[in-house]
Amino acid sequence: MISVLGGGVAGLCAATALAERGLTVEVIVPEGAPAPVSLLAGGMLAPFCEGEAAPAAVVKMGLSAADWWEAHGARVVRRGTLVLAPARDAAELDRFARLTQGHEWVDPGALEPDLAGRFARGLFFGDEAHMDPCAALATLRRRLEARGVRFHAGPARGRIVDCTGWAAAAHLPDLRPVRGEMLMLHAPGVALSRTVRLLHPRFACYIVPRGDGHYMIGATMVESARLGPVTARAVMELLSAAWTVHPGFAEAEITATGAGLRPAFPDNIPAIRRTGGRIHVNGMYRHGFLAAPHLAMRLADQLQEECKPCVSS
Amino acid sequence: MFYGVALQSRLMLGTAQYPSPAVLRAAIAASGTQVITVSLRREGPEGARFREIVAGSGCRILPNTAGCHSAREAVTTARMARELFGTNWIKLEVIGHADTLQPDPFALVEAARILCAEGFEVFPYTTEDLVLGERLVEAGCRVLMPWGAPIGSGQGLRNVEGLRAMRAHFPDVPLVIDAGIGTPSDAARAMEMGFDAVLLNTAVARAGNPVAMARAFARAVEAGRLGFEAGLMPRRDMARPSTPVFGMAELG
Repeated sequence: MISVLGGGVAGLCAATALAERGLTVEVIVPEGAPAPVSLLAGGMLAPFCEGEAAPAAVVKMGLSAADWWEAHGARVVRRGTLVLAPARDAAELDRFARLTQGHEWVDPGALEPDLAGRFARGLFFGDEAHMDPCAALATLRRRLEARGVRFHAGPARGRIVDCTGWAAAAHLPDLRPVRGEMLMLHAPGVALSRTVRLLHPRFACYIVPRGDGHYMIGATMVESARLGPVTARAVMELLSAAWTVHPGFAEAEITATGAGLRPAFPDNIPAIRRTGGRIHVNGMYRHGFLAAPHLAMRLADQLQEECKPCVSS
Repeated sequence: MFYGVALQSRLMLGTAQYPSPAVLRAAIAASGTQVITVSLRREGPEGARFREIVAGSGCRILPNTAGCHSAREAVTTARMARELFGTNWIKLEVIGHADTLQPDPFALVEAARILCAEGFEVFPYTTEDLVLGERLVEAGCRVLMPWGAPIGSGQGLRNVEGLRAMRAHFPDVPLVIDAGIGTPSDAARAMEMGFDAVLLNTAVARAGNPVAMARAFARAVEAGRLGFEAGLMPRRDMARPSTPVFGMAELG
């Protein structure tokens, strides 16, 4: 028996990969555990864009993510990522182009008619995709339960795979929290069909369409363990960036806000760690949906080898 | 000497905007810097884990009040910094314009006066204005940090003559060029002009390869300082032939 702790993206991907290898798995989410921060994610499957700041290892982990999610029931929208910058920050676009791969220069208005005339040029990452992370996680859970995987509040009965994010900090001294804040907007007057990233030296943002005029706007990155609601400053920054992309966002309804702590290792690379008798899948940072499938399969490779006795017959 | 502290390296580094703390640590090591500046206005006391990583570099920490828009806010942040880092050093930044990030000279002097009276050793982020510099020195600052150009702009030394005048006007006050440095040659130029150090962040943090860029800046700062100490040749309006004109063979 393997006990996966945590029902966020790392935990559900790990449980899925392990169950698919025929290992006996349970998922443990203690009573009163905070909601997984993965529910606040953008759901961007954008390995090339992440390559602007992330090391090549992360880009590589993410290349197969869209296929994995699609194969696991997620409704993956393969319309690429459009990267823009305000006219006076055009140098940011050139820098982004220099540091990433898999893009071409485009006229943004030709791809997204709503942006016609607003931006002279943009970078298009045609092989990227997005999805609704909440729906994708709900589907994973449903599929696990359909396989007979039990979700309960504990105690753990088997070998522990700890996927509890920042809650595992006591076991992982070099883990740190990176606070992120996001908004959900309902802007029926704005029609964007793909992820749009706005580059800006201070107030960057990404906009992920959720369908029916709903958009997720993210996300701040603050080196802080501060909990609690989104700050006024974050709202101002994110909204002003969204407004720069399309003034129609000024008329949007703010339907939800969220703030959470991304768990990150010093190199910001998601990893499998073994320490104190448990296996950790942690440090997802801003790459949970990109990296968790890859790590889950690596974990399954390792445990299948070690755990031959726990395979259910 | 910066408040009685002698430094081997004349390069000071900011710690924001790096791809990861691991890259930041590697860049600090490659730069050979002994002073790093850390912000805490937004992170607050809850930013402890990041600060531990930064402190683990072994560098002297120069906390800053980046993001403060009033004297009061800056003073509060400085007091918090003293508590969190256990240092009297503070890089005092009071922003006057949210857009240009220009310092607010009036609030800067006001905050400097309060902090110096409380025993802080203040590194004020200022312009090249001589009167403002004098007021800061009167307030108790024994280091001044004039800008090269607006924060994060990478424009280099925008007012070279103004900075030259400042260097001449404050021969005995350590002057650190803070902000606006874009390229290693900008840093070398500042050092050739006799500035005591340069402080920069974006040019390294947002480089394609921050660690290599940190090394490049270390060498540029060292080269500029060596050049200054060695005595730069004066500029001339005309070429100076290396052989006498008289006595040359007439080949016509």
